[in-house]
Amino acid sequence: MSRSNAELQLDEAGRLLHFLTIDGLGREMLTEILDTAEGFTGVSERTIKKVPLCRGKVVANLFFETSTRTRTTFELAAKRLSADVLNLNISASATSKGETLLDTLRNLEAMHVDMFVVRHASTGAAHFIAQHADRGVGVINAGDGRHAHPTQAMLDMFTIRRHKSEFVGLRVAIVGDILHSRVARSQILALNSLGVSEVRVVAPRTLLPADARSLGVHVYHDMDEGIRDVDVIIMLRLQKERMKGALLPSEHEYFSLFGLTERRLALADSEAIVMHPGPINRGVEMDSQVADGSKSVILQQVSYGIAIRMAVISMVIGTQNLRMQDVAV
Amino acid sequence: MNSNTKNFMDTEAVESLIDVMAGKIWTLLNERGISDPLMVGIRTGGVWLAELLHQELGLKEPLGTLDISFYRDDFTRIGMNPEVHPSDLPIPVDDRHIVLVDDVLHTGRTIRAALNEIFDYGRPSSIILATLVDRPGRELPIQPDVVGLHPVLEPDQHITLIGPDPLGLVIGTNTNRSSRNLEQE
Repeated sequence: MSRSNAELQLDEAGRLLHFLTIDGLGREMLTEILDTAEGFTGVSERTIKKVPLCRGKVVANLFFETSTRTRTTFELAAKRLSADVLNLNISASATSKGETLLDTLRNLEAMHVDMFVVRHASTGAAHFIAQHADRGVGVINAGDGRHAHPTQAMLDMFTIRRHKSEFVGLRVAIVGDILHSRVARSQILALNSLGVSEVRVVAPRTLLPADARSLGVHVYHDMDEGIRDVDVIIMLRLQKERMKGALLPSEHEYFSLFGLTERRLALADSEAIVMHPGPINRGVEMDSQVADGSKSVILQQVSYGIAIRMAVISMVIGTQNLRMQDVAV
Repeated sequence: MNSNTKNFMDTEAVESLIDVMAGKIWTLLNERGISDPLMVGIRTGGVWLAELLHQELGLKEPLGTLDISFYRDDFTRIGMNPEVHPSDLPIPVDDRHIVLVDDVLHTGRTIRAALNEIFDYGRPSSIILATLVDRPGRELPIQPDVVGLHPVLEPDQHITLIGPDPLGLVIGTNTNRSSRNLEQE
């Protein structure tokens, strides 16, 4: 899996052809993405919030699953690179996988789209598209099933690096619904690849995958223990639909066991930061005081998300010629 | 650095060129009646020079830096520069006189990119271009206002500022220009 992910995403010189998963990219590429994003951070503060890098390119946001924040930040990122953006919200019910997805693809390719940003409820959708799209087309995974959400993980890494400067030596706790979270999966891969000292997951047994430890994490079922002395706390969104599946007794009880409060936050390192991929369920995952408090960097995550997406879009568009040459050889 | 490069100028010689440049910039600013210019260096070599010129001229406004990676005209051919840094213009450029500093002026494409980037920050009153080296091979109608040195070079030779400490100029011959290191001078 890891090997094929590397082959699909990187060329022989290690350049980014597609961005589908953190798996197989390695520390060097992750660092290059973070460094490139650093270069883009200033663009948002200028008179003209655009660079001409991707002028004349067409980026299609192919969203089979609804999302506001991710789609908007991808759209803004592409526009700040001067690309033209198509937003296609294709509800999952209107399509079934396979032929229909390919048909959609072929139609968009006929419009000379240069990049697909794909979100889909099924694991592997972005991989599928990367493998079947015209070779000139770059593909970015904006979330597939329970599998991966690599740009979210990278903006989280960017936020951590901005506050902590180095990954080595850090203790990071990811709290909440690990089982259903593609964000957590991508975060764990990225954190371990970047060399943090300890990744903890803190969750009730019903919201942890059976093989949690094989992901390279320390597992905690007790919140107080799990966040003690950590440098970074990443809270995951509790998807309300999980309540119905009898995985959790009630929101109230979840909050009392795993909610982040000021009292609990005091157990972490005094310089700890609090992150959340959004949208927050206030009073379920965390108290409003914590969400709006001085240690919360949740809104910075959103801003940094634009820089990270600019980095990934431009790096992938930049290898368009390589993908085309590949066909010629 | 390729193995076929040879030293062309040592630190001392480069520093005396910088002294000459500082004098010419000073004269030009006086002629134009400009008192508080914003000096901007183009990464990487231009920033090294601009730091020295800024100090020597005792300019009041903080130094700006430009990384033109996002404005290169060869992006679609060679892709993203893997070592990009944020540009930093510390004060508004609107109605400001700018002294733009680079190490080697060759094709003019870097300066074209830098001018485009500056104008995305605002509308400066004027821009003076100062380069350490002005070499033949222009592909765009761009000319410097202040130059340290006009070397005679063959078309396949390239001249590069190395540094920052110590500074030096080296000359090499282009053999195989790898796509990732293609120079845009």
